[in-house]
Amino acid sequence: MSEHHSAAYVRSAMLPEQAPPVSEIGVIRWLRENLFSGPLNTFLTLAGSFILYFLVKEYYPWLRHSVWHAGSVGECRDIVTATWGEGATGACWAIIRDRWNMFMFGFYPREHYWRPTLALGLLIFAAAPVLFAESRSIRMVVLGIVAAFLLVAFPGLGVGAAANLMLAAALAAMLVVAWSRPWGLLWLTGIYPGLAVWMLWGGSVWGPVLAMSGFVLGWAAWLATRRFGTILSVGAAVLVPVAWWLFGVEQVLPLFDAVLPYSIDAVRSEKFGGFVLALTIGVAGIVLSLPIGVVLALARRSDMLLVKALAVGFIEFIRGVPLISLLFVASLLLNYFLPPGTNFDIILRVIIMVTLFAAAYIAEVVRGGLAALPRGQFEAADSLGLDYWKAQRLIVLPQALKISIPGIVSTFIGMFKDTTLVVFVGLLDPLKGITDSVRASFEWKGAYWEPYIFVGCIFFIFNFSMSRYSMYLERRLKRDHR
Amino acid sequence: MKKSVFFGTLTAAGLVAGFAAAGTLDDVKARGELNCGVNTGLVGFAAPDANGNWSGFDVAICKAVAAAVLGDPNKVKYVPTSGQTRFTALASGEVDVLARNSTWTFLRDNDLKLDFVGVNYYDGQGFMVPKALGVSSAKELDGATICIQTGTTTELNLADFFKANNMTYQPIAIDSNAEGEQQYLAGACDAYTTDASGLAATRAAFASPGDHIILPEIISKEPLGPAVRHGDNQWGDIVRWTLNALIAAEEYGVTSANLEELSKGSANPEIDRLLGTAGDLGPMLGLDNLWAKRAIAAGGNYGEIFAATIGESTPIALARGLNAQWTQGGLLYTPPFR
Repeated sequence: MSEHHSAAYVRSAMLPEQAPPVSEIGVIRWLRENLFSGPLNTFLTLAGSFILYFLVKEYYPWLRHSVWHAGSVGECRDIVTATWGEGATGACWAIIRDRWNMFMFGFYPREHYWRPTLALGLLIFAAAPVLFAESRSIRMVVLGIVAAFLLVAFPGLGVGAAANLMLAAALAAMLVVAWSRPWGLLWLTGIYPGLAVWMLWGGSVWGPVLAMSGFVLGWAAWLATRRFGTILSVGAAVLVPVAWWLFGVEQVLPLFDAVLPYSIDAVRSEKFGGFVLALTIGVAGIVLSLPIGVVLALARRSDMLLVKALAVGFIEFIRGVPLISLLFVASLLLNYFLPPGTNFDIILRVIIMVTLFAAAYIAEVVRGGLAALPRGQFEAADSLGLDYWKAQRLIVLPQALKISIPGIVSTFIGMFKDTTLVVFVGLLDPLKGITDSVRASFEWKGAYWEPYIFVGCIFFIFNFSMSRYSMYLERRLKRDHR
Repeated sequence: MKKSVFFGTLTAAGLVAGFAAAGTLDDVKARGELNCGVNTGLVGFAAPDANGNWSGFDVAICKAVAAAVLGDPNKVKYVPTSGQTRFTALASGEVDVLARNSTWTFLRDNDLKLDFVGVNYYDGQGFMVPKALGVSSAKELDGATICIQTGTTTELNLADFFKANNMTYQPIAIDSNAEGEQQYLAGACDAYTTDASGLAATRAAFASPGDHIILPEIISKEPLGPAVRHGDNQWGDIVRWTLNALIAAEEYGVTSANLEELSKGSANPEIDRLLGTAGDLGPMLGLDNLWAKRAIAAGGNYGEIFAATIGESTPIALARGLNAQWTQGGLLYTPPFR
């Protein structure tokens, strides 16, 4: 029925569907588009795979010959030779196994290992109301993992069954609270700084309690003086706690100790080392530097000349000097200026310096966020009749901080890695301090790469988690372009 | 071994504080603890075990001083110091005594205002080369690449040695002993140079020590000894004579085994004075009469300490050599206890 389609060049029947050409499907297409799309990419792919091949060929046998159970580097070598023949090399992870406690806890007393472990676990619980307030499922997954980890780890750290049962009950109760209300654990967030200090350093419970009560006093002072104006009340809220910490605590502490003595074994700062030290300094630095950085950023944009000049001077000075020089000042020069006999804890000094250092960088990151806000936002706040602090708190900072998240988290990650620099002031950081100490024993002299790789992996886990969290936070706060 | 001009300057700047802190003995007694600056970790000389208990040849000095002054060799707070911070830590008062394999030099004694109270180990700089290199003398190292720790006296010694022998070399800068070993084994340098004791310890830890030789030339003098702050002579005397007591004990045959027996009285009046059975040497130092006995009891006499930490029965296997008693052809010669 198709006479008028009789021309020879006209197809009379539908052709069946054909498979796409080989170069356009599957692996080949992917390879062509991603790896060999042009001369340059082809070259780079070949060069890259050559390097990869070389690395694997060179180092895979070393990894495959890993030894996990040995008493010394010499034994490791004997085992490798016995198993893989003469001339074979192998990684000696037995060093990590043997000195695991030193890498994790430094010289922290063995019977108290549970204290820093619990402090780290509770840190996640205390942070949950702030970090994981919006999603119940994420909150419960994270806290569940932490609780399970604590319960599994504790018997291994020498905690008795009864104590472990009590811990399980407490963790379960906190999980229920966290499940029912996002802000349910906020009380823990409030007391956590004092609690963590007490867990880590031990001693009388009243020291941290009285120190923390300084914040309550400051709050009370602010409430009492609020009607006399902002400047006065802010001044009172700062001065009263400072006076309390400097003069009051010392007077009252013996009284409390005498009436209601309660203390756990004190652990001195020089016993800290390894990841306990890195995390103590890192977490304290992160928690303290963010608020200081935000205040500095606001001060730098202030209209008040003195405030602005001080902020600029501080930020530029701190950013202009290397962290190591600040650490040297903290550990060595301060001794010359302080009255003889003053015992100013070395870890506290380092935390102060690291905090100031990070705060200066945070300040600039946040200032970038503030500068990125459209002018209309500030004007809108003014037109609503909000005062300075309300405008900052309700309108400006939430938006500015959201923009600044990647920069802030980068600063935190950098700061956490910088905690390894404390080795230069004689503290035993995990990367070099502990590693050198371990290598100074004759058994482990000669193990070079293994400790570095191990410590690097642990740092990667922490920093990658922080990085992933910041990406999650950015997605969650993405309010624009809706 | 190491010297840093910057921190030397810092140390000198802190001199005022050094004078202010005179009265170290009272400070230590009031504190009930000796702050002792040690190496962050050097095989045989100072190393913590997995429980944080320090031991080693330098650490033994700390223990002896603590035993003499406080009556308990365990009342020591070990402050690990790096090559850069050690002298400043001493000058600033952070440590009472520095027992950290530091070379006694003119500049350190006078410019940095430290007082070296004696020598507990006579060391010297040497070279290690692979046997395959076919070198049997340091004089044949012309044109070699040499791994060397930067900012140390060894670096200056090396330059002097090559200049004096009209040879050239290419230095490979390294930061620590562990890095040096790694570079040397990886073939980055023909020879590795540091103190002979360090070379011996390093070689002993190799997979095949037999493939490497330590060349016979010792190109420098490295008298290592404990140091205290300048200006507190009483404290300096205590540390000096504690070290001397350990050396004298070996000379007179006082060991940790026969210490109790000899302290009941012996035929040698010098032993009696040393152990406090006769005379009253202790009070002249501001201590009691049994100070030296306690110091010796802490870890034995000098020879016992040497044998237990770095001697020939240990993996480091150092011979006594220069560190033998003067009666045995060595350099150890303590002034008399009278």
